[in-house]
Amino acid sequence: MYRYDEFDHTFVRQRVEQFRDQVERRLSGALSEDEFRPLRLMNGLYLQLHAYMLRVAIPYGTLSSRQMRCLAHIARTYDKGYGHFTTRQNIQFNWPALKDVPDILLDLAEVEMHALQTSGNCIRNVTADQYAGAAADEIEDPRVWCEIIRQWSSLHPEFSFLPRKFKIAVTGAPNDRAAVAVHDIGLRIVRNEAGEVGFQVLVGGGQGRTPVIGAVIRPFLPKRYLLSYLEAILRVYNLLGRRDNIFKARIKILVQQVGAAVFADMVEDEWQQIKDGPVELPAGELERIQAYFAPPPFETLPDADSGFADAQAGDPAFTAWTRSNLAAHRQPGYAIVNLSLKPVGGIPGDATAAQMDAVADLADRYSFGEIRVSHEQNLILPHVRLQDLYPLWQALEGIGFATANIGLASDIIACPGLDYCSLANARSIPIAQEISRRFAALDRLHDIGELRIKISGCINACGHHHVGHIGILGVDKKGEEFYQLTLGGDATDTAALGDLIGPAVSVHKVVDAVETLVGVYLEHRQNGERFLDTYRRVGLQPFKETLYATH
Amino acid sequence: MPLIRSAGNGAGQVVDDPWTLVGDDEPLPENGPVIVTLARWQQDRESLIASGRPLGVRLASDQLAGTIAGDLPHLSLIALEFPSFRDGRAYSTARQLRDRYGFRGELRAVGNVLRDQLLFMHRCGFDAFEVPGADAAAAFARALGEFSVFYQPASDQRLPATRLRPLRSAAE
Amino acid sequence: MSKHVITANRLVDGAVVYLTVGGGWSERIADAAVADGKEAGAVLMAKAEQAVADCLVVAPYLIDVADADGGIRAQRYRERIRSDGPSIHPEFAKT
Repeated sequence: MYRYDEFDHTFVRQRVEQFRDQVERRLSGALSEDEFRPLRLMNGLYLQLHAYMLRVAIPYGTLSSRQMRCLAHIARTYDKGYGHFTTRQNIQFNWPALKDVPDILLDLAEVEMHALQTSGNCIRNVTADQYAGAAADEIEDPRVWCEIIRQWSSLHPEFSFLPRKFKIAVTGAPNDRAAVAVHDIGLRIVRNEAGEVGFQVLVGGGQGRTPVIGAVIRPFLPKRYLLSYLEAILRVYNLLGRRDNIFKARIKILVQQVGAAVFADMVEDEWQQIKDGPVELPAGELERIQAYFAPPPFETLPDADSGFADAQAGDPAFTAWTRSNLAAHRQPGYAIVNLSLKPVGGIPGDATAAQMDAVADLADRYSFGEIRVSHEQNLILPHVRLQDLYPLWQALEGIGFATANIGLASDIIACPGLDYCSLANARSIPIAQEISRRFAALDRLHDIGELRIKISGCINACGHHHVGHIGILGVDKKGEEFYQLTLGGDATDTAALGDLIGPAVSVHKVVDAVETLVGVYLEHRQNGERFLDTYRRVGLQPFKETLYATH
Repeated sequence: MPLIRSAGNGAGQVVDDPWTLVGDDEPLPENGPVIVTLARWQQDRESLIASGRPLGVRLASDQLAGTIAGDLPHLSLIALEFPSFRDGRAYSTARQLRDRYGFRGELRAVGNVLRDQLLFMHRCGFDAFEVPGADAAAAFARALGEFSVFYQPASDQRLPATRLRPLRSAAE
Repeated sequence: MSKHVITANRLVDGAVVYLTVGGGWSERIADAAVADGKEAGAVLMAKAEQAVADCLVVAPYLIDVADADGGIRAQRYRERIRSDGPSIHPEFAKT
């Protein structure tokens, strides 16, 4: 993975010192809260319901064991002993004191991490496929380009006061695991007819109040032009995006307003002025960054491993886990291992300091010290030998990260909701906990199959409910928590927004409602169909009829 | 309001402002450099040019660089407004004026100009700043000195890390 | 008459606090000064604004409370979560 050089170290330390000065000015009263708020937000520091919340970037979801240990240290030293992995490849600490934040940032800088641009109206932490560099279906490793974007966007002087926040996601595989279609810019690494590798560029996707699937404005962009093209998009948006209404300020509204084709022309006009200019990477820089993402020293192994096969034959619990929690690796004899942060009744995405340390040790032992974080709020050991899977699984059982539910009904994405968030209208986490208890039985869970349930506590949609197979949105009805249900959303390469099924249901009925919807699916499903497939075939009606007849 | 002019090397000087901002309904002063709004510029363009005095135009944040691109040879100064520090349009307008249209006159930041944004403005091509406070020059120098590493080329002379890395490797 | 107390977050660590009768700030809603009606609320709010100027707290506001179990309780669910801690972490409750 990428390692900081002296420039990167100097930059991040200077950023820490700048923020230390800003915090001192705030504590002394030289800065008012109104003046300080945008400054702290540019360093990922929010003031939430109970305390400050620090959001630390995990750029493109890649972590080393050393970095994970630092996160554990921060949780233990400055917080209440845990952290929360978010839906955007960040980690949030829910209880830091303002006076400690500069020291936390200094600890992070030591391990080449930061909280830059995890908030504010700037280019946010760039996200990627969590299987990058390991996936069997990958065309090229997107992290090389994510790192280039990370550097280019860091304290970008022109784009730090955009109309609204700006999120970029990159995938290097045709199977989209990074939800690129619901980002302000989505980049798909593709191969054109001549066999060259470049980017398909989508613009104007997003969730929130006005969910939109992004539009392709350029089917093929040669790789060397990435930064100038991004700069052109951002400049057009910065100049023309609406600033009079916060709800209409995202780039998706501008793209909708002028139309994707006209928007593409505006970008083209700007791009022609700056392409081949100084923003393009100089010779050698791409290669320098690429070298950091060279594959680890894999062993030459056969495709199959007899010890692994024996363990599967002998232990049904292990077998169930291998069915749901592994993904195909590009290197023979290796697997990608998902660690579920969704234990039955647990808080999605939370990990204690002890769990983080244990994962770091397991990464060192089994995965070249590498860890990944997914937007589904799980962790991944990307490079595990098949022969190591059984002992790894046993170790994961010991720390509570071996729930065999990746992609299944209890692998729920949930935002922090009203338990933490000052924007929320309703709680998310307790709903997720209750659903996971309801679907605790593994046989049933696996029989139901792939089912993506996503819960947001408000319209801002941090819990991605618009793209859940079942989406759940918390609303406030006269001080009571209610939940709207949507069906048929999809965050992948067949992206779709969910359809609202009908009136919201009360907090007491929402889990029953989910169970009813799953029942309708099981009743209608034909051979091998996922929930989403059945929904697409039969439509909303049978779900709606049963749900509102029952509840 | 103190006016800081960038003096190179990250320093700034408080300077006397020779320019007069003239409202749309006000008569022009007898002589001396004047700044007018875009509306007045478009209305009185010919007579202003004929007056032979140094001329400046003040653009609101929603007035694009392209609207005066053809007039730049007549202009010695362009003032770009930050109606609120949150409104970042002028950063892009400044970059277009410098890089796309080649404006070499004074580019002045006016309005809600906060010291924590001076470095961004300087990088985007501003070289004069209306900054409140008695310690404006010191604040300016401090703001510009907070970073020595930059990750992207902009409309200034600072070399980004991407350009410096090969030089460092070559020197090793 | 409706009853109010003033809540805010403490500047230095962000903790939820309530304005007390003595003019200080407590993490326990039980210690809060209760204002009966609008005018009494405005008097408390003026004290709170001074605490903002003194860099003690951030963003104070009035919340509705009601008598409960010999003490007071926030009316809105959101405020109950603020006073009691996250519903998913009963061990964090301030007693």
